[in-house]
Amino acid sequence: MSWVTTTLSSSLGRKVVMSLTGLFLCSFLIVHLVGNLQLFKGDEGQSFNEYSYFMTHNPVIKTISYLLYTSIIVHAVMALVLTRHNQASRPVKYAYQKPEANSHWTSRNMGILGTIILIFIVIHMRTFWYTMHFGPVVLNGETVTAGSIPEVTYDGEPIKNLYAVTTFAFSYLWYVVLYVVSMVALSFHLVHGFQSGFQTLGLRHKKYSPLIEFLGTYGFGVVIPALFAAMPVFIYLKVHHILF
Amino acid sequence: MNIALKVWRQKNSQTPGKMVDYKLSDVSPDMSFLEMFDVLNEELSHKGEEPVAFDHDCREGICGMCSMYINGRPHGPETGTTTCQLHMRSFNDGDTIVVEPWRARAFPVIKDLVVDREAFDRIIQAGGYVSVNTGSAPDANDILIPREIADEAMDAAQCIGCGACVAACKNASAMLFTAAKISQLAVLPQGHAEHQLRAERMVAQMDAEGFGACSFTGACSVECPKSISLDHIARLNREYLGAKLASNNA
Amino acid sequence: MIDVLEEQETGIKLDSKAPEGPLAEKWAKHKFNLKLVNPANKRKYEIIVVGTGLAGASAAAALGELGYNVKAFCFQDSPRRAHSIAAQGGINAAKNYQNDGDSVFRLFYDTIKGGDYRARESNVHRLAEVSVNIIDQCVAQGVPFAREYGGALANRSFGGSQVSRTFYARGQTGQQLLLGAYSALSRQVANGKVKLFPRTEMLDLVIEGGKARGIITRNLVTGKIESHSGHAVLLCTGGYGNVFYLSTNAMGSNVTAAWRAHKKGALFGNPCFTQIHPTCIPVKGKYQSKLTLMSESLRNDGRVWVPKTKEIAEKVQKGEIKAKDIKEEDRDYFLERRYPSFGNLVPRDVASRNAKNVCDEGRGVAASGLAVYLDFADAIKRDSKKVIEAKYGNLFEMYEKIVDEDPYETPMKIYPAVHYTMGGLWVDYNLMTNVPGLYALGEANFSDHGANRLGASALMQGLADGYFVIPYTLGDYLATIGPADKIPTTHPAFKDAEQTVNDTISRMLSIKGDKTAEEFHRQLGHIMWEYCGMARNAEGLAKAKKMIQDLRKEFWTNLRLTGSDMELNPALEQASRVADFLELGELMVDDALNRNESCGGHFREEYSTEDGEAKRDDEHYTYVAAWEYKGPNQPEKLHKEMLKFETVKLTQRSYK
Repeated sequence: MSWVTTTLSSSLGRKVVMSLTGLFLCSFLIVHLVGNLQLFKGDEGQSFNEYSYFMTHNPVIKTISYLLYTSIIVHAVMALVLTRHNQASRPVKYAYQKPEANSHWTSRNMGILGTIILIFIVIHMRTFWYTMHFGPVVLNGETVTAGSIPEVTYDGEPIKNLYAVTTFAFSYLWYVVLYVVSMVALSFHLVHGFQSGFQTLGLRHKKYSPLIEFLGTYGFGVVIPALFAAMPVFIYLKVHHILF
Repeated sequence: MNIALKVWRQKNSQTPGKMVDYKLSDVSPDMSFLEMFDVLNEELSHKGEEPVAFDHDCREGICGMCSMYINGRPHGPETGTTTCQLHMRSFNDGDTIVVEPWRARAFPVIKDLVVDREAFDRIIQAGGYVSVNTGSAPDANDILIPREIADEAMDAAQCIGCGACVAACKNASAMLFTAAKISQLAVLPQGHAEHQLRAERMVAQMDAEGFGACSFTGACSVECPKSISLDHIARLNREYLGAKLASNNA
Repeated sequence: MIDVLEEQETGIKLDSKAPEGPLAEKWAKHKFNLKLVNPANKRKYEIIVVGTGLAGASAAAALGELGYNVKAFCFQDSPRRAHSIAAQGGINAAKNYQNDGDSVFRLFYDTIKGGDYRARESNVHRLAEVSVNIIDQCVAQGVPFAREYGGALANRSFGGSQVSRTFYARGQTGQQLLLGAYSALSRQVANGKVKLFPRTEMLDLVIEGGKARGIITRNLVTGKIESHSGHAVLLCTGGYGNVFYLSTNAMGSNVTAAWRAHKKGALFGNPCFTQIHPTCIPVKGKYQSKLTLMSESLRNDGRVWVPKTKEIAEKVQKGEIKAKDIKEEDRDYFLERRYPSFGNLVPRDVASRNAKNVCDEGRGVAASGLAVYLDFADAIKRDSKKVIEAKYGNLFEMYEKIVDEDPYETPMKIYPAVHYTMGGLWVDYNLMTNVPGLYALGEANFSDHGANRLGASALMQGLADGYFVIPYTLGDYLATIGPADKIPTTHPAFKDAEQTVNDTISRMLSIKGDKTAEEFHRQLGHIMWEYCGMARNAEGLAKAKKMIQDLRKEFWTNLRLTGSDMELNPALEQASRVADFLELGELMVDDALNRNESCGGHFREEYSTEDGEAKRDDEHYTYVAAWEYKGPNQPEKLHKEMLKFETVKLTQRSYK
């Protein structure tokens, strides 16, 4: 075996893969969030649509997006491999356990949280990414043909109107609830996951670890999931003219 | 005090075990947990039943031999305490106490509450030493070591090898144990020469023994009788990754 | 000069093999005169090491490094658990890093004097010489000794020593040194030079043709009785303090290996020399299984006292008043009063005896009346709580864990407890017993501490023997006998020994009586503590002898054992150890009766000065009492190795 395969088949090597993919996904979240914040603009989705156009046509972004898809898959598959290995490490379980005495629930249930997030990603991708790329989509009771979604024209350039798809999707309460719940799962996953990623890489120091802890808890654990969750809620309220 | 016990009984590694109920009256709060077991065993002997086998030796919290999983936690409810340092005053009259052996694939049960922890010895044999022959050492003060470095090494070196970290971990991971030794020797100049090979070999052995991976739940450190910090696991990760990326070892 | 000692009709010749010449040159000269084993031949030798504490682990590691094949045995589940691990205070070495006047000679002198002139000069000087190498070796292994901010090693003064020569690693020096030796041992295991046998107990020594040939062991997991053959057998099995039942020893510490070797012909030296440590946590109830030591360093700041009168003490015992209710003028700081120059820092034996005396007068505290106060109130007032916490925080915590009282608020209660046994198998300068090929190292031998061991000297001796003495002296024997001089385990000598071991176990299991080994052990401990403990007298000892004989008789007719021999059976292990303690106990009593003087840890009430201090009799007892086993229930035969003091002058120890 080469040193690469030896490393990747060791428990630590696998954790490093989890860490690197996880932290990469964290960095993506920031970019994704910044772009999606356009949804809050009162311009009937123009900025949002232009942003989505940029994201789907810039070659650099496109390359990164494949890296992203790979990361999600590797992160999930590696998690499965590790979980099976970890479960096999204790074939006979305890009759009585009190794990809450020594650790947080989130840290012990990353697998469950991750599964929720994975299911969410599938649904999320089906609704937006798949529609954006391949359609079809049912809009206002009308099936739009495959490969195309409504278009909107800015400065004479027709581009896909993802904003319309978004507002349509988030006009359903159950769909909004699904997103909010998933963001709660994301919050718990990141509160532990972000810091854990640094720990796995050995990046721990009494000077800097408090900052990582702060970022993990408040940045990735609170601000990012909260803003993401605010989007469907905002659109739902807007579409139904409840608050705006 | 009156105490009800649910204790894991298992004749040997080949026979399946089960929880067995016992009742003890007149337990003094000043008794240590193991002295309570001594009393139970004397009662069992007199009744013609076989006493409960459990590991113990120094009974002052340093040899690392005692290893009971008490009421869902290794070494019981107190922190920074081994089973032998636990006293009955930590329990209430009428309590039911569940006592199990360490559970891990790498720690097979030998009998009742006794498990085989030789996996730990093999991890140390894989590299938990400085290769210096007797008699070849320079004067002890030739290499000055800053006090905080010596203290950090000592924090890690305190590990008593009891296995509570493995028992507490949801993955039965031996990372804290392995990290304690790797970290101690990595911070000291004496251990530096072999630090890469050490990290690679000890981790490989740890994996080969069938311990799980680290999920950074922190349970190990909380349950560690010597409260060894997760900092050392981070250092192990750093050492291992650095070795894999930079060493000349295959 | 060679000490050829009182040769008696049995033909046993006690030759100390102490080299001639000036004291400081003896070891160097001896090393040169010792035969060497050719490096290529070393792999042809098999060495058996029993016990993996400081002495055993260091010996096994050092011999493995030299190229010998070593088999290392321990009854614990790992070599790292040996009871050396529990030593708290430190390890002495004549490094003189503090520039305070220490030297090899001063360490030698302090040790000889501290041992009340009952140790061999040559051995003790060698110990002091190699002490400096030990520290170098341990530091090189990665032992994290305490350091100064500048990075140099820190030292403290310990056990009343007037120089700071004690190296330490917090309150866990023994642990760190043992883990260092264990790591060296593990390295040799990885190199294939040492094979480990954990959870394996030695139950007999095999002698054939007058030489030690191997051992019989029991695999504690499977119960299997096995033979192991070797060119030499090293017993590094620690002390026998557990003969007292309650001691600071680990529960499993036992005399079995040494005792079975003794029964096969090895002489037992000075069995009555036991050390009672003054600062232990007192006994609390009848269920108590062991005693916990509080480091001697506490006496540097703590003041020892009891109430001045019996009346006040009784009130404390009944729980009517507490320590803080006792007025200053009603307190008796008895060590400071009796020993103004050393005060609370008098050596262990003196401190212990005085604590016992005040308790015997009825002035003890605690419900049992068997405790004295160790009070930190003045130190806290003087230095602040923070300073005291930095020095003793972990010890205070440990105390609180056990006793459930806060020593910052209320004085600690302490009482002496059995801690160490200076006696052990008789060995010569090469650490060889009178049985060729059988060696004893560390606490298992009698050699270096005389009648009283100084603090921080046990670790030093264990590692000196293992790292720096046996690698030289063993080679001399091996070179003499040659690699072919070994017998296979199929030899009748092994088979006979296996049979004896099996028979003994079967015999114990077949008694089916009413009393557990635990109960016998407790009873024996009580007898030993009462009559052969801190203070002894002829009448009590005679009584104890009879009681032990009766108890032993009862053991073999009324022992209750459950389970079988072919499985993990802790009760059987205990019974087998108690059986040996029941024989050893009587020898200790015999030895104490024989020694009509008071010296070190051996205090005979009949032989004391007017103010109750120990009175040595150098004219008649400047010898090592080495006892020869003469068969079951037969009186043992005394051999004497006369101690010759060429360098130091014998004086009465005074700490006034």
